[in-house]
Amino acid sequence: MTRTSVITGIGVIAPGGVGVKAFWDLLTSGRTATRTITHFDASPFRSTVGAECDFDARAEGLTEEEVERLDRATQFALAASRQALGDAGLVPGEAEPPRTGVSLGSAVGCTTSLEREYVTTSHNGTEWHVDPELAVPHLYDYYVPSSMAAEVAWSVDAQGPVTVVSTGCTSGLDAVGHAARLIEDGSADVMITGGTDAPISPITLACFDAIRATTPRNDEPTTASRPFDATRNGFVLGEGCAIFVLEERERALARGAHIYASVDGFASRCNAFHMTGLRPDGAEMADAISTALGRARLAPERVDYVNAHGSGTKQNDRHETAAFKKALGQHAYATPVSSIKSMVGHSLGAIGSIEIAACALAIEHGVVPPTANLHERDPECDLDYVPLTAREADIGTVLSVGSGFGGFQSAMVLSKPVGSGR
Amino acid sequence: MPQPLPELTIEVLAQILNESAGEGEDPGPDGGFADVPFSDLGYDSLAVLETAGRLRRDYGVHLTDDEVSEAGTPQSLLDLARRRISASAS
Amino acid sequence: MSAVLITGFGIVAPNGLGTEDYWKAVLAGESGIGRITRFEPDRYPATLAGEVDFDPAGHLPSRLIPQTDHSTRLSLVAAGEALEDADLDPSRQPMFGVGVVTANTAGGFAFGHKELDNLWRHGPEHVSAYQSFAWFYAVNTGQISIRHGLRGASSVVVSDAAGGLDALAQARRLLRDELSAVIAGAVDGSLCPWGWIAETASGELSPAEDPTLAYRPFDPRADGYVPGEGGALLVLEEEAAARKRGAPRVHGQLLGHAATFGPRPDGSGTVSPEPLRRAITLALADAEVEPGDIDAVFADAAGLPAHDAAEAAAITSVFGRAAVPVAVPKTLTGRLGAGSGPLDTATALLAIRDGVIPPAVHTRPAPSHGLDIVTGQPREAGLRVVLVLARGRGGFHSAAVIGAPR
Repeated sequence: MTRTSVITGIGVIAPGGVGVKAFWDLLTSGRTATRTITHFDASPFRSTVGAECDFDARAEGLTEEEVERLDRATQFALAASRQALGDAGLVPGEAEPPRTGVSLGSAVGCTTSLEREYVTTSHNGTEWHVDPELAVPHLYDYYVPSSMAAEVAWSVDAQGPVTVVSTGCTSGLDAVGHAARLIEDGSADVMITGGTDAPISPITLACFDAIRATTPRNDEPTTASRPFDATRNGFVLGEGCAIFVLEERERALARGAHIYASVDGFASRCNAFHMTGLRPDGAEMADAISTALGRARLAPERVDYVNAHGSGTKQNDRHETAAFKKALGQHAYATPVSSIKSMVGHSLGAIGSIEIAACALAIEHGVVPPTANLHERDPECDLDYVPLTAREADIGTVLSVGSGFGGFQSAMVLSKPVGSGR
Repeated sequence: MPQPLPELTIEVLAQILNESAGEGEDPGPDGGFADVPFSDLGYDSLAVLETAGRLRRDYGVHLTDDEVSEAGTPQSLLDLARRRISASAS
Repeated sequence: MSAVLITGFGIVAPNGLGTEDYWKAVLAGESGIGRITRFEPDRYPATLAGEVDFDPAGHLPSRLIPQTDHSTRLSLVAAGEALEDADLDPSRQPMFGVGVVTANTAGGFAFGHKELDNLWRHGPEHVSAYQSFAWFYAVNTGQISIRHGLRGASSVVVSDAAGGLDALAQARRLLRDELSAVIAGAVDGSLCPWGWIAETASGELSPAEDPTLAYRPFDPRADGYVPGEGGALLVLEEEAAARKRGAPRVHGQLLGHAATFGPRPDGSGTVSPEPLRRAITLALADAEVEPGDIDAVFADAAGLPAHDAAEAAAITSVFGRAAVPVAVPKTLTGRLGAGSGPLDTATALLAIRDGVIPPAVHTRPAPSHGLDIVTGQPREAGLRVVLVLARGRGGFHSAAVIGAPR
């Protein structure tokens, strides 16, 4: 018998909203959470806009020791896991630990803590030979992003397969795809899965400045993220996390769990083209979409909403528009397509899972979140991008896509549950 | 004592490109590296951006996104950079 | 279910660059561990490592060099050797038929150190454009995919030193789903001052300065491990696809795998053998073999007394005391992060090919562990099925069952 997986719990730490309700309120209001970076003085940088989370770790139940020791992205993951588990009506260890796993996406791991410790151990960058005496005992845990998955696994008592999936900006999507695959092949029955990143730090700003990927629209921070708009000129760096309880469907049904959505199909491709560039024709993303739909046994016409990668760089938005047309044919023009990065920025390895959360909630509430800041049409982006205002719609099937450095192109198909509880 | 910067010539630019992005493709029997498109030399957009970064650090030349993407050959990048240098010197 | 064949591999290791050099060194008991030369190690709590020094210009196109970390260069060399060994021409495969799955522990850390130095010493405009990807965890998969035109489903798994075996397992899933071939495994390494203090902060490195006295797993005098760089990348193919294209050789098969995770350490310093025992049992079940079918075990060999004891307990609980030969070739290379699992897998395939178990060096195993560890000279043995173990800090456990060619 085929095993399939369903989402039974969601936890979200996002810019503009901690928790599922605040997150969904932001998305449907069309407000944006981008602002001038406050985590540190970003004025020496080309791009000074960010999408930051107003996150109070203690209010989310983390201990003083955890706040002190753990990287911000790990703290996000612990808080969101807790939310997700509660939402799913599970307590840690309740699901059989050896049958429970963790698949956590992160593009840049504990980069913020690493940089902080580097500054300390190098005496403010003046010493190439960093000082081991100044290293914190848990420096190794920042060094290896796998520590993030370990913390989550311990907190939820998962003793099955545990890993970090780190495929750049598709990490959040790929981690959930990996989790679904582990449930399908029987490696686990329950997966705690999603993505987390807290990359807003000087080194990350500097590297995106160097390739001019982030927007320099510093004087208009709240409208700086402009996916599909003709005036777009780069993405807004964000941070955040979304974690799901993914369960084998029969198990979820048997315990009468509320099911947000089923994960019906997933596929990924590489463009084998360029570490940061995209082939203009979108061939790999189109093939990922077609393959994911094929696995879901759904025709392209069944897609009711496309959650775009929509980063707001010139090349990305054209690239994926081409991919949608290639994969969905004429139906691409009839389907609402939107980018929530217009509101919550681009949180690298987290955003793919934050977007899955948006998709699950879109299915749940019958509302398509809009693309904020979209005023001026780009002739090369000629689909229905749901500008400015959320739209009610009966949504049975959603397609979510991601695109990342390294050439990764991924697609996931989620559907409204049939025969769920509640 | 820091060495004074050499004047920015096509040879110096070739050297910067080499250090920033590796050795380019052989431009062929006609030679003429200067006017061969970056793409034919095997230099991609990142190579040009990395080189633009060096020009900024070493020569104080700041090129806009459009200028970087439109400078299609070593010669056009050199001309642009030199105009900037002489404008700031005058 | 159709078999997953290993049709090629490439090795970069401290005691040999390339498969044949490495294997010769392993059988001769030649160690690649020595005093660090990449930087001046005297001020640090540990001074030994297994370095792989090579001239990248002799192996890679010039334009790849400014944009790559040392570990990525080594990965590209291993991937090239693996494809050549498999005689696999990706351009003759289906467009989306070949993928890449790599693991690493900490990415291109040395590249990142250089750029942190540029940023904090000189300012933001001194940071390289390549910093946007050269240090991150996905870089090796991306660069291998680009260099060889591999456009199929691909991934990157990070589970500390267990990740290399997890990458092979992920490759097997992708073969079952859709791919005809995958390059999978891990080449790892972060030898720079910044990476070094992160490693030494773990408190698990041997402080010894004499290479023959450092990293002595299962020895009562074990006082930690020696990190190294390198690893292996393997070509895994779906059996029918390999036969159809006429793959010139089959090194062996990936028969089974399992990954488990351990509960949070209780602070007592003891290490439970249970997660590893469970990984072994699940991997054997996945491979549909019995403990008695296993002809050798390639141990994880942490080199820390409590971890060694836990591994010994896990092995003896499944196989019985001294019931199966145990190989620890990584005593010659140090622990290569995620690279060790795939390197042990490749070494196991060489051992199967030549009917010989390579010896561990520098260790005099405690009899109390109850393990038959091969030391001194290579031991001749007909090998059909081999178990490879890998563990990562924090509780990651992975076990893979490797079989001889049918």
